[in-house]
Amino acid sequence: MAAYVLKRILQGVLTVWFIATATFLAMHNVPGDPLSGERATNAAIQANLEARYGLDKPLTEQYLIYLGNMMRGDFGISFTQQNREVNDIIREHFPVSATLGILAVTFAALGGILWGALTSLYRNRMPDYVIMFLVILGISVPSFVFAALGQLALVNLNSLLGVSVLPVAGWGTVSHMILPALVLGLGTMAYLTRLMRSSMLEVMTADYIRTAKAKGLTPTRIFTRHQLRNAVLPVVTVLGPAIAAITTGGFVVELVFAIPGLGRYFVQAVQQLDYTVIMGTTVFYGAFLVFMVILVDLIYGWIDPRVRLK
Amino acid sequence: MKQPRTPDDRLLSAAGRQLSAYALMAIAFLIVLMFILNWLAGLTSSSSGMSRFGVDVENNSINAFLRNEPPQMDTMRSTDAISGVVLGHVMEGLLRYDENGELVAGIAERWEQNGTEITYWLRDNARWSNGDPVTAHDFEFAWKKVLEPATASQYSFILYPILNAEKANQGELPVDAVGVRALDDKTLQVTLEAPIAYFDRIVAFVTFLPAQKEFFEQTQGRYGADADKMLYNGPFMMTSWVHGASLRLERNPFYWDPSRAKLDAINFAHMTSDSNTLLNLFKDGQIALTDLTTQMLEEAMFQRWPLERFAEGTVFFTDLNHRPERLTSNFNLRKALQLAQDSDELVNRVIKLPGYLPGISMFPEWVQGVNGLLREEFPPAVHRRNVPLAREHLQKALDELGLERLPPLVLLSGDTPVARLQAEYYQELWRRELGIEIRIDEQTFRQRLDKMSAGDFDLVLSGWGPDYNDGLTFADLYASWNLNNRGRYINPELDAYVRIAQTSLDQVERVRAFGMIQQIVYDDVVHISNYERGYVYSTDPRLKGVVRRVFGAETDYSYAWIEAEAN
Repeated sequence: MAAYVLKRILQGVLTVWFIATATFLAMHNVPGDPLSGERATNAAIQANLEARYGLDKPLTEQYLIYLGNMMRGDFGISFTQQNREVNDIIREHFPVSATLGILAVTFAALGGILWGALTSLYRNRMPDYVIMFLVILGISVPSFVFAALGQLALVNLNSLLGVSVLPVAGWGTVSHMILPALVLGLGTMAYLTRLMRSSMLEVMTADYIRTAKAKGLTPTRIFTRHQLRNAVLPVVTVLGPAIAAITTGGFVVELVFAIPGLGRYFVQAVQQLDYTVIMGTTVFYGAFLVFMVILVDLIYGWIDPRVRLK
Repeated sequence: MKQPRTPDDRLLSAAGRQLSAYALMAIAFLIVLMFILNWLAGLTSSSSGMSRFGVDVENNSINAFLRNEPPQMDTMRSTDAISGVVLGHVMEGLLRYDENGELVAGIAERWEQNGTEITYWLRDNARWSNGDPVTAHDFEFAWKKVLEPATASQYSFILYPILNAEKANQGELPVDAVGVRALDDKTLQVTLEAPIAYFDRIVAFVTFLPAQKEFFEQTQGRYGADADKMLYNGPFMMTSWVHGASLRLERNPFYWDPSRAKLDAINFAHMTSDSNTLLNLFKDGQIALTDLTTQMLEEAMFQRWPLERFAEGTVFFTDLNHRPERLTSNFNLRKALQLAQDSDELVNRVIKLPGYLPGISMFPEWVQGVNGLLREEFPPAVHRRNVPLAREHLQKALDELGLERLPPLVLLSGDTPVARLQAEYYQELWRRELGIEIRIDEQTFRQRLDKMSAGDFDLVLSGWGPDYNDGLTFADLYASWNLNNRGRYINPELDAYVRIAQTSLDQVERVRAFGMIQQIVYDDVVHISNYERGYVYSTDPRLKGVVRRVFGAETDYSYAWIEAEAN
């Protein structure tokens, strides 16, 4: 087991290093200068700026300095927010994205499992058709549409009732989180519902269910212990990548609801060619994704011993 | 008749019961989780003291928005308009802009220019937000800090009229040689490279704001990074800054004019540029002011919101590449392009955004002449679209260039929705009227700048915003030495007028030079005027006295007050 874990972690480190190098090279090959502004700068000002950010050194030297700093966990100072460290930006804004992400994934997982189980019970009957229609809708409609529609509905609800049921946008209390998390989790919830449904249907016809029925087990026990528990395994598998995807992919929702998450900084950094923030956020998100995948593999190995042996 | 219950039916109903039990548990779990997250969120961010209302009569405070997170508040390095909005509330320079956009005395009580020597006498009661007096040393320190090469300030060039400033910025001279000196705590003496007439207008710019040396050094490079990493000397002071989320300003008790600020607090409670979100927040009564897009106007009129228009003061134009190897260096080709288009059609039929004005000059409407507006004293050339004449010019151009047909021209454009519309309009227009193929080269902001500087374009959609309240901020744009002259237009006649505008102390002569430059830019088709950007906005009817203007904070709540009974 220890050897397996070690191997996975080494692979992960290698992946992160590869991500960092590829991003570094791609970023420096994009045309454009992160120090340019609407106002043209004269040679002296340009030289001062380049010296400040070490851009006057050759690219290989910049790369080595960068790798050295990254090992020590120092991502440098942002180009656009000239007195904030990238570490500060990640430390202040990732918790917001993570909070939103955790809530969204919880919504998605609980909703997906419950709806999925329900549709499988009512297979080919009215509730199944209705829910599966909504699922297709949830999978195909992008989150920014739900975000805009959800917000509009909330405004109209608030003005109809004359009191503010939930805040329209912003961040700070749990009331701010509910709608964005719901919107953010909707796509994943739909996806998980479908996954859970097919998984349940597969389990229902399995031999051990017939055996359980033949043994005369109580219906409650058959459903909970034998059907639900076995059917939920594939959902657990996709949960890890889903957490990472939701946490990193929430920038549109963050923008619409004016939430100070990391996603917004990530996207803006790319647009503005903010080298240090691009590197910092990419490596951080990359490491996070790799970590989640490893974690799920380990959990899965623990749930299903057959996986570990290979 | 009721069907007999089969074992399958029993399984189904048992499963259904189980499932509802699990659903209840899931909801309970979610509620617990949300409370835990709420508690955790409370640890990382604080929105304490913030009201949910756009206009909070009880606390005499308002909620407003910023289009984005201000990159930083360090006045020595700040370059952007969003930081400018906040700084306009919390900082004050020697001079400032009042509610009518006029330059008035700020921290300096009075000043006197004597050739290249300007002396500023500071107010005795001007104080920082920690109670310390604002002294002439604070200005001297900040200005010299801007010019230090290690500071790497992008706007250091704006200080170049000061003696030795440019050389110090290039590292050729120590900053001590720069012509700014505190004679005593309350007297600041500035020596200029050459006498100029508009220094008092430049000095209101953010780069000239003061900073206290002891405090600056305490912050160890993080000056202006957080609310407590800065001292304020304006009518308000920043008391909290949750990055990316909100920013709170409270009345500064140490400000020299206690009657100026009427609100107790201004909360920039939201940071977003999403116009739908802002409209929703406004409708929900959570912010006191919002800008409106065309689609929203109908709703605004239906709701009977008061509408106001505000011109931002920037001009947008299509720059042409005048480098000799480019086809657009041919005058007749440029004239053909100019004559075939019409900025009125562009603004009213294509862009269709409220508040935009058709471009008719390189100088926006607000630029001052001698006594009134420059536009009244020197009216811009009247442009009439004339396609037949345009075709004649095109034919002449083809003859001069020795070409049968014109190869496609490259139109470099940004990636904003307005730029896209504009580029497509010109592509279609010039193809239809002149048979000229236009290839649109759409680029993101920094890539576009890169190509502009390299001269990798025939035409480029561009624009210019003013730095200070004088026509010169536009007039020198096409001087042969100006690095922002991206099309490399070179014309000794225009250069001569720019020199007059820069060096003359006679306002009549300067304004005449502006007029001549305006004429040359039209006649020689240095660029093609497109539009002047503006906004239509709505304010909560209870909030009065909000100022929106070209200089100082673009949206200024520092003079605003609440009238509770109005509705």
